Amino acid sequence: MSVAVRVIPCLDVADGRVVKGVNFQGLRDAGDPVELAHRYDAEGADELTFLDVSASAEERATTMEVVSRTAEEVFVPLTVGGGVRTVEDVDRLLKAGADKVGVNTAAIARPELLAEIAERFGRQVLVLSVDARRVTGETSTPSGYEVTTHGGRRGTGIDAVEWAERGARLGAGEILLNSMDADGTTGGFDLEMLDDVRARVDVPLIASGGAGEPEHFTEAARHGADAVLAASVFHFRTLTVGQVKDHMRAAGLPIR
Amino acid sequence: MTRVVVLDYGSGNVRSAVRALERVGAEVELTADPDAVLAADGLVVPGVGAFSAVMDGLRSVRGDMLVERRLAGGRPVLGICVGLQVMFTSGEENGRTAEGLGQWPGRVERLDAPVVPHMGWSPVRAPAGSVLFEGVGDERFYFVHSYAVLTDPGAALAGDNPLTPPLVTWADHGSPFVAAVENGALSATQFHPEKSGDAGAQLLRNWVASLG
Repeated sequence: MSVAVRVIPCLDVADGRVVKGVNFQGLRDAGDPVELAHRYDAEGADELTFLDVSASAEERATTMEVVSRTAEEVFVPLTVGGGVRTVEDVDRLLKAGADKVGVNTAAIARPELLAEIAERFGRQVLVLSVDARRVTGETSTPSGYEVTTHGGRRGTGIDAVEWAERGARLGAGEILLNSMDADGTTGGFDLEMLDDVRARVDVPLIASGGAGEPEHFTEAARHGADAVLAASVFHFRTLTVGQVKDHMRAAGLPIR
Repeated sequence: MTRVVVLDYGSGNVRSAVRALERVGAEVELTADPDAVLAADGLVVPGVGAFSAVMDGLRSVRGDMLVERRLAGGRPVLGICVGLQVMFTSGEENGRTAEGLGQWPGRVERLDAPVVPHMGWSPVRAPAGSVLFEGVGDERFYFVHSYAVLTDPGAALAGDNPLTPPLVTWADHGSPFVAAVENGALSATQFHPEKSGDAGAQLLRNWVASLG
């Protein structure tokens, strides 16, 4: 038996609340992240991810409180990403109770940040988040995938597969690979991209973007994902964590 | 109420260890005060990051001496993650070797597996007579590490040796590695019980109950 494929619900938080429409019974539209974290934990989530989409320093400070309260009450690993720019940001999040920290744009601007974080806290705390999209023609990259910023709206010209590989070498303990093409489509993860990145990195790989059905999660695991992350299907209760895990288990995958 | 100290030497996220122990009924203090550390019913040595950094942190609060003194008096100590690793003779990282606390024979080395770090929930094989895993069944625990002890710390104590060999729990990632050790007053886990949901809570409850 081997390590279980992790199912990870992701919550977008700002100003202490879950943003994105959430329609859980008994909760207001913008849910309480701690309450939702409890719910996902009870459903069998193997890990939780908060993506801080705060627009201001005040809102960001509130996220710290949410992280603390969650860590006090929920006993599965918690990753927090969004707006992490410095080693000090990482320190604050870890002290607040995060187990891992996701880094994205700041590492594109200054890749050494990854090495600095890994050196200080160990690579196991560092998740490199790669928002990738397919590119063709003149703007194409060697792998055919490009790193984007600003939620996929801006290209960087950086080859996404090379970036993932370089990030792991610099100190990322895990790669969160988010397909900006598949994101929001519910048509399934970008399996080809997963294959291409899997072939080049030997740290754990989290598939993100495109989940719509239980089968999609199973496919991603079969294409080398060590963990599968989704937001909206869990938010809107199209699927529960339990349903996803049942499907994967029935397909013969190792599941907690 | 059972009093537990979580050793405070600047190791990463220790808040969850404190909370998880409180959840199972212990009175918990996060401190490095020698009197409190020695007086506690149980001492938890957490640890994340690099082996040598954890050793430096421990020495900076004289944690090496405090662990030694507690064990000399038969007072329980629980190491978690790198807190398990530093109980062994030495640790390797980036080609360099650092000295550990040497409570058990063995070297901490890099896992040899297709995907490293070993990150996530894995099953373990606990031996008969284990106190920590009593009532845990075949639950998985949460691991996150790139290094581990791959040899049996009990092997050196086999045969005519008068010392009782430690009870070793194994897990696999690439090859078998030491997931937990129970040895008189000293216990340790490579996984994070404080992050292992209900299974982890049961293990901590068992340890706290054993403190008497």
